[in-house]
Amino acid sequence: MVAIKQISLFVENRPGRMAKVSKTLSDAGVNIRALTVAEAGDFGVIRMVVDDPEKGYKVLHESGFTVSETEVLAVEMKDIPGGLYEIVNALGENEVNVDYAYAFVTTKAERALLIIRVDNIEKARKVLTGAGIKLATKDEIQKI
Amino acid sequence: MDWLMAMFDYWNPQIERMPREDLAKLQEDRLKSMVHYVYDHSPFYKERFKEAGVVPSDIKVLGDLAKLPFTYKVDLRNTYPTGMFSLPRNRIVRYHVSSGTTGKPTVVGYTKDDIEMWSDSLARALTSIGLGRGDVIQVGYGYGLFTGGLGLHYGAEKIGATVLPTGTGNTERQIMLMQDLGSTAIACTPSYFLHIAEVAERMGVSIRDDTSLKVGVFGAEPWSDETRRRIEEATGIKAYDIFGTSEMSGPLFTECREQNGIHVWSDLFLIEVIDPKTGEQLPDGETGELVITTLNKWAIPLIRYRIGDLTKINSEPCACGRTHPRLMRILGRTDDMIVIRGINVFPSQVESVLMTIPEVGDHYQIIVDRKGPLDIMKVMVEVTETGFSDKIGDLMALSRRISREMKGVLNVVADVELVEPGTIPRSEGKAVRVIDKRKV
Repeated sequence: MVAIKQISLFVENRPGRMAKVSKTLSDAGVNIRALTVAEAGDFGVIRMVVDDPEKGYKVLHESGFTVSETEVLAVEMKDIPGGLYEIVNALGENEVNVDYAYAFVTTKAERALLIIRVDNIEKARKVLTGAGIKLATKDEIQKI
Repeated sequence: MDWLMAMFDYWNPQIERMPREDLAKLQEDRLKSMVHYVYDHSPFYKERFKEAGVVPSDIKVLGDLAKLPFTYKVDLRNTYPTGMFSLPRNRIVRYHVSSGTTGKPTVVGYTKDDIEMWSDSLARALTSIGLGRGDVIQVGYGYGLFTGGLGLHYGAEKIGATVLPTGTGNTERQIMLMQDLGSTAIACTPSYFLHIAEVAERMGVSIRDDTSLKVGVFGAEPWSDETRRRIEEATGIKAYDIFGTSEMSGPLFTECREQNGIHVWSDLFLIEVIDPKTGEQLPDGETGELVITTLNKWAIPLIRYRIGDLTKINSEPCACGRTHPRLMRILGRTDDMIVIRGINVFPSQVESVLMTIPEVGDHYQIIVDRKGPLDIMKVMVEVTETGFSDKIGDLMALSRRISREMKGVLNVVADVELVEPGTIPRSEGKAVRVIDKRKV
């Protein structure tokens, strides 16, 4: 299974909310690999990839957050000009729509990881692997 | 088998099933003596009758009721503390005092017979929803000056049920006792029960599977059928509406098992619905302001008292066999009504829209403010996990949909603010639904 679990949270746009989220995860020993915040006026959505998504989901849910798990792909992206183009072009040409994406670079790897949520995850997987692009697995994310 | 069923279903079958004509005759007799009684015992009413140009002997038939002057809440405030009492202190066995958020509090008093009438009224009501000996009734209304706690307490003891007088607050302990002592019914505000259910879930206790609770008696704040549906679906109990105000004694009447209107005992109270502007009586089925006349209450009898609740009367016979008229759902009190750009809005209407939207939590708050010359209304709702999509577009669409549905029902444009669960303050008594910043 190449899809990985992303944790999404509904948060109000006010001081201290991010701190509450990160404190909850830190207390539980959950490490954040990548994170993005999308804001829309009064509220926002935090999306993140963590080393232990089951535990992360559990502690946030128990702390009363509105939280959900979403399946996303972690795509290995060459850290050179055109790295992103190669991925999104392959998806676009095959009519797979990217709902949102965010990237991060790890210290060890010479490649960046692009997290994408798409409208058809199975098709996206086929298209990308067919184009010779590597997808990171859950275990690989955990070990970073 | 009918007579056998009747024995279990009615507290006082003779009165509760009395033919309409006999009830009307009883009311007429009691009204006539009540009018004489207040005239003789209450200087306030003697004066009020004089101003209106009526004397007790003018009241010969029930239809003469309209000749009598109204009594207003402000009369109780103006005569604070005990100016409306018809009996001296040595006949009074208890006081209750209402909170008085809008002015001086109101003091009500009871004779021994008044307390008896009150608990008898509730004994009939609680029996009509199937409660009795062997039931454990957890009274989660406030005890003390508020009438809710002691009212339910006396009514529940009267029918031989076991009372668990938890009062409000200490929610985790309420849940523990509910489990350990096997509460089969709970009486509290609907908003507090929603809070109890929420805390129970957090504690890993399912009200449906881990407790014996089967009935809820909810009141002291307006609530909607949509909230009833949510409560029943989430917890598996039957939720019944209860009504009464401290001026009338306290909580007095409930729905029967039909859940279709609140039976008002005609031998105890005479009810009318009037046009709040003209004071004219309205026919059955039309919504107006509720007016009550006490027929069997002696410390503070009230003649044509304008409670302020907006409702309608249904006098059709009820499937339960009771002949007493029913109050259909109470829209709210005229005091609760908010006027947004000239349009009347009741919090209960907002609630009935919100509770049909599954993505929205059980608690809400309405904030009214003024921006320049314009009134603005904002409704805060909590986003539940069931309805949460991590796509911003979906959340924006949800907020627009709530706004559109409210516009459809209220004819008012409201901003919707989506907030995190647990953000809106939970109440242990009456929930604060509206914050009107225009008044401050």
